[in-house]
Amino acid sequence: MRGLIVSTLEAMECCEVVEACNGFEALRMLPREKVDLIVTDINMPDINGLELVNFCRNNPLYQATPMIIISTEGSERDREKGLALGADAYLIKPFRPADLQQLIRKLLH
Amino acid sequence: MGSRQQVDEFLAEAEELLEKLSQDLAELGEGIENGDVNPELVNGIFRDAHSMKGLAGMFGFDDIAELAHHLEDLLDKLRLGKISLNRILLDLLFETIEGVGLLVRGKAGDPDYTINVAPYVQRIGDLLAGPDDNSAITLEALNLDVALLNVLTEYEEHRLQENLTQGRLLLLVSVAFPLDSFDTDLSDVIGELKHVGEVVSTLPGAANADPSSLAFRILFACKIPLENLSATPGLSDCCFETVSPAPPVSVSVPAPVLAGVSKGLTQAEQPLPQEAPLQQTGEDTSLRSVSHSVRVDIGKLDILMNLVGELGLVKGGIAQVASDLSNSGVAQACDLEKSVHSLERRLAELQKAVMDVRMVPVRQLFDKMGRIIRRMAQELGKKVELKTFGSETEFDKLIAEELADPLMHIIRNALDHGIESGTERLAAGKAEVGCIELRATQRGNHVVLEIADDGKGIDSEVLRRKGIERGLVDSDTQISRRNLFGLLFHPGFSTRDEVSEYSGRGVGMDVVKNNISALSGIIDIDSTYGQGTQISLTLPITLAIIKALVVRIQGRDYAIPLTSVLETLLLEPGMIQTIEGQEVVELRRSTLPLLRLNQLFNLDGQTSSGGDFVVVAGFAGRRIGIVVEELRGQQDVVIKSLGKSLSFVKGIAGAADLGNQKTVLVLDVSSLITDLLRGDTGLNV
Repeated sequence: MRGLIVSTLEAMECCEVVEACNGFEALRMLPREKVDLIVTDINMPDINGLELVNFCRNNPLYQATPMIIISTEGSERDREKGLALGADAYLIKPFRPADLQQLIRKLLH
Repeated sequence: MGSRQQVDEFLAEAEELLEKLSQDLAELGEGIENGDVNPELVNGIFRDAHSMKGLAGMFGFDDIAELAHHLEDLLDKLRLGKISLNRILLDLLFETIEGVGLLVRGKAGDPDYTINVAPYVQRIGDLLAGPDDNSAITLEALNLDVALLNVLTEYEEHRLQENLTQGRLLLLVSVAFPLDSFDTDLSDVIGELKHVGEVVSTLPGAANADPSSLAFRILFACKIPLENLSATPGLSDCCFETVSPAPPVSVSVPAPVLAGVSKGLTQAEQPLPQEAPLQQTGEDTSLRSVSHSVRVDIGKLDILMNLVGELGLVKGGIAQVASDLSNSGVAQACDLEKSVHSLERRLAELQKAVMDVRMVPVRQLFDKMGRIIRRMAQELGKKVELKTFGSETEFDKLIAEELADPLMHIIRNALDHGIESGTERLAAGKAEVGCIELRATQRGNHVVLEIADDGKGIDSEVLRRKGIERGLVDSDTQISRRNLFGLLFHPGFSTRDEVSEYSGRGVGMDVVKNNISALSGIIDIDSTYGQGTQISLTLPITLAIIKALVVRIQGRDYAIPLTSVLETLLLEPGMIQTIEGQEVVELRRSTLPLLRLNQLFNLDGQTSSGGDFVVVAGFAGRRIGIVVEELRGQQDVVIKSLGKSLSFVKGIAGAADLGNQKTVLVLDVSSLITDLLRGDTGLNV
């Protein structure tokens, strides 16, 4: 899945993609990389996507960074929570790559 | 509902699922008793109920499918914690499974057997209609930051809830680590915690004074007292905060269960005895399985087969000793030889018996194809009739499995590109309903499968033109019919450009051919334009153990499967002629192309000067002569594949042990034939 998203993003040509294979890696990576937008899964082995959103929104450095949560289960409760925490969008799999691309264009411009 | 065999197939699988479901439910019951239910177990039961639904649906048993559907629904809610697990629910699960079992066993006697599933469905509905859990209330009542609750996913909330119900001690563990090593440090702490409880969630702390470190809070449900936990060596850096204390032991487990019972009683238990009696299982119902078959992993049969093969080698060794003793005049040698003979006979019987276990009737495969044809014909809006012949022909289970996909591709092509629509057929003067024939026949140690359709066929002229365009055929040479249709097996070769109405979704025949070759089989295709296409597959009955002719080429031994050896000739000087650069000999007025393996495999040493033998090998009407130095004898061998990393090697089917600590390569005659007759010498060795 991550591969698919990465290739979807790379296909947009405006993006340079850095990957983290779990939440901890993302937390390590954030201070080192200048990130314009974050795409995260809701379920990760260590921390969950909601927690990552919460972490970023409470940190002045990433407060304004656009965030997209991706989820397999269409849990309405998770969606509401994610948006309430400050995620900019909540995408439920399966979605079309074009949807993600369109969303990113909207969030970056 | 379909044939007896289909019912049997269904029964075997359904009974297995039922058995697993009952076992898992029993384990779930124990879990409730001990107050410790494994969420993975519930997930597993849910998946099995789902499989049961799918299985019943596939075989058209709507009653079972409906019941399984409601069961799945119930389990899904349980899995997500939308209903709570208690005795009432467990009983309901058991009863529903019992109902499914009743149906399954009933169908064993009569496929049309059914019972009224409405009472079961109603009971499930009643339970689901009961008041929702009080989850939201208890979680908010906890001594927990609302901000923390807000970042829990629905599943994590459920786990938190569940741990509270179990009466576990709930802790918030705080810990901070340097930024450059926090992931490993934190994993260590979490690993430590998991030994003694469940980590519900890990939350990265946002605001921290020290930018070089990262703080975390871990929501942890603990099974041991806090004093013991804080004394754990690996957790010395942690700071613990109690969110909800464990209640006194005496009420911890029964309390939630009792609550469920009293609630459940009014909702589910009461209306049932009067209004909706469940089907009585009755005293006379037998507990014996209705299916007499045992399902065994094919790997176990392979092991058995290998053992038989190796026993054969041991026997060969003993026979050798016996004959040596006999030659040197030892008195008991004769008795020993007798015993060896009787061992040999028993061994042959054993081998046949093991082989028989592996054999399945081709009918299983045909039935699968029948289902595909019906479904596809419906989708494509075509009318097709399936005729099968020789469905009791048997072959190795492994081959049957491996054959399913290629056969499906062939049939899809036939339906999609071969059979025309009803109106087209009428216009062409054919019967409106198309026909696909599947025919299986045994020929010696081979099974021939023929797939014939009476569709529009393939235009050989188009094929020829396309072959010339692609440079596969010389425009001025005559090409045989077999080679012409053989073009279809070229990777990327397609007739789709010329014939626009071909939907072009055809699966590459080259893939099909590779699959068949991997089974040491041969595929042939023939077609009459306007009348239909015939494809025939020639396959060995088994791959497990074969008789082989051991030959010597350039000082090395090779085994040739005896099933493909037709005869052997003594090669006399002057017999060899050369036609278009190809060495041939004339054999009873036909030309036999010769293959020299030392050239093909680039073996060192000079080409032998003649005075050799020719092994005439072939099947499905194609023959080649393999030049060898010496015929060493016949032997039973167990072929072992060369493994994935050497799968590119062509011309070799595998390796075999000859018993005298010598390993030989087994030639793959089918690929040698195909490549030689196509004039392709580019073998990778």
